[in-house]
Amino acid sequence: MHNLWEIVSKPDNIPIVLLLFMVIGYTLWSFKKALKNDNQGFLDESKLSDKIQVWPSLVRVEFLATLFVMVILVFWSFLIDAPLEEPANPTLTPNPSKAPWYFLGLQEMLVYFDPWIAGVVLPTFIIIGLMAIPYIDINEKGNGYYTFKERKFAVLTYCFGFLILWVALIVLGTFWRGPGWYFFFPWEEWDTHRVVALTNVDLSELFGIHTRAADNSLNPMAVIFGVALILGYYALIPLYWMKKKNSDIMKKLGAVKYNIVAFLFLTMMALPIKMVLRIALNIKYILVTPWFNI
Amino acid sequence: MLKLREKLQQTEVWKSIFRHNYQDTNRNRALQIVDNVFLHLHPVRISRHATNIGFTWGMGGITFLLFLVLTITGVILMFYYRPAAEYAYEDMKYLMNDVAFGPLIRNMHRWAAHAMVITVMLHMFRVFLTGSYKPPRQFNWVVGVLLLVLTLLLSFTGYLLPWDQLAIWAVTVGTNMARATPILGHEGPFGAELGMRIDNDIRFVLLGGTQVGPPTLLRFYVGHCIFLPIIASIFMIVHFWRIRKDGGISGPTSNGQE
Repeated sequence: MHNLWEIVSKPDNIPIVLLLFMVIGYTLWSFKKALKNDNQGFLDESKLSDKIQVWPSLVRVEFLATLFVMVILVFWSFLIDAPLEEPANPTLTPNPSKAPWYFLGLQEMLVYFDPWIAGVVLPTFIIIGLMAIPYIDINEKGNGYYTFKERKFAVLTYCFGFLILWVALIVLGTFWRGPGWYFFFPWEEWDTHRVVALTNVDLSELFGIHTRAADNSLNPMAVIFGVALILGYYALIPLYWMKKKNSDIMKKLGAVKYNIVAFLFLTMMALPIKMVLRIALNIKYILVTPWFNI
Repeated sequence: MLKLREKLQQTEVWKSIFRHNYQDTNRNRALQIVDNVFLHLHPVRISRHATNIGFTWGMGGITFLLFLVLTITGVILMFYYRPAAEYAYEDMKYLMNDVAFGPLIRNMHRWAAHAMVITVMLHMFRVFLTGSYKPPRQFNWVVGVLLLVLTLLLSFTGYLLPWDQLAIWAVTVGTNMARATPILGHEGPFGAELGMRIDNDIRFVLLGGTQVGPPTLLRFYVGHCIFLPIIASIFMIVHFWRIRKDGGISGPTSNGQE
């Protein structure tokens, strides 16, 4: 338990504890409001749609919120000092070296993907994907009020991405990752000398296809196997289109928007899939080429 | 006393500053907003649900408040901090031990920065759950995503400035990713084939060297104190102005008209 307290009481980790409580609280709160709206047949927000004057109604709320936040911030700043460690020393690497907490989700992704995917390609897709949301979500309902029934896919996808793939990975990176980025329980003492056997293998090995020959050259069969798997994964996009293209939702969405939605969705789901493959089956790579590995 | 106040209120100086009296009339309530450059960000009248903290969580406004706190405390910190590797850490020690209210100002800056990252993410979560990015507010969501990225960059560049072990290694871990940028990084796919080396790739441009060193400190300082805040302010202006133009905050009835 001593180690858990050590992590939690680190000044820079307090925001994560704060974030965790706020995220859980707000999620429960908004789902409660959404389900209430869905079940009662009218919107709570519509009952409050009459016009009121900004002075004093809104300015008062802003003033009180300002007071509230400033009181918390000043108390927080009086009680807890921002960390200041030893002077910077490029020759002394701390173990573990952790990025600032809001990037720990990305650092955790490095376990499952090479840096060019985890550190560059996926973050770029996160930003582009977020920006694309208003243009690919063609559902006109649910504009300006809490609802779940009217936009299940959108709400579930966003919650999965934000709560699991972003917040939960930050928590995992903070509390469960110790020296060498190995997995430790939060209450477990960090063993800096832990040795973990490198038993990860490439996916093709499970099917008896060796990635490399004895002279370390790539086995073309393994490359073909990997390319086929990845193409097969993204081939789900046209396959699903063929199956559903006559449904109302697909007609409304159109081919271009459908392809963007499906591509972004499958790319997002590639992360949990790779996590399961790595954790359950010790899979290192799905595709190995001379230039990059996936 | 009362007479003196009345006299004072009749003077030319008073009248030139305060354009209306303070009797509680609808006209004066409206003038209070319209005649004030800061409050004029708001419309005169809004829907009641827009003031409901259960609907908005207040997260957008709190984010802006924290940005203002960060600007003010940040300027004060700049009086005590020199962005050179020889001085930076010494200045931090000086600030934390010898400057009156130095620790308070620095702590407020640090904790407000962390809090701002949280409130930005929660604001985005709320906007998504209420479907507020839907027409006509699509582009404002895009501006919001840019502001999220700018907030993270501001926080990340500020993380280096104390120039202690925590700072230098967190930034080393973060910027090491840039090595692996496809085409532009020397360890990324097709990087080496296209002539990228450790001393000419994208990470080198970012750090001003092959590792996190004094040039990096200066780059991050300028980015943190000048470049990024200006860019973020510009996008914030657009963000707020668009909220007004799109009919205030979203609601079931207020789409398109103010």
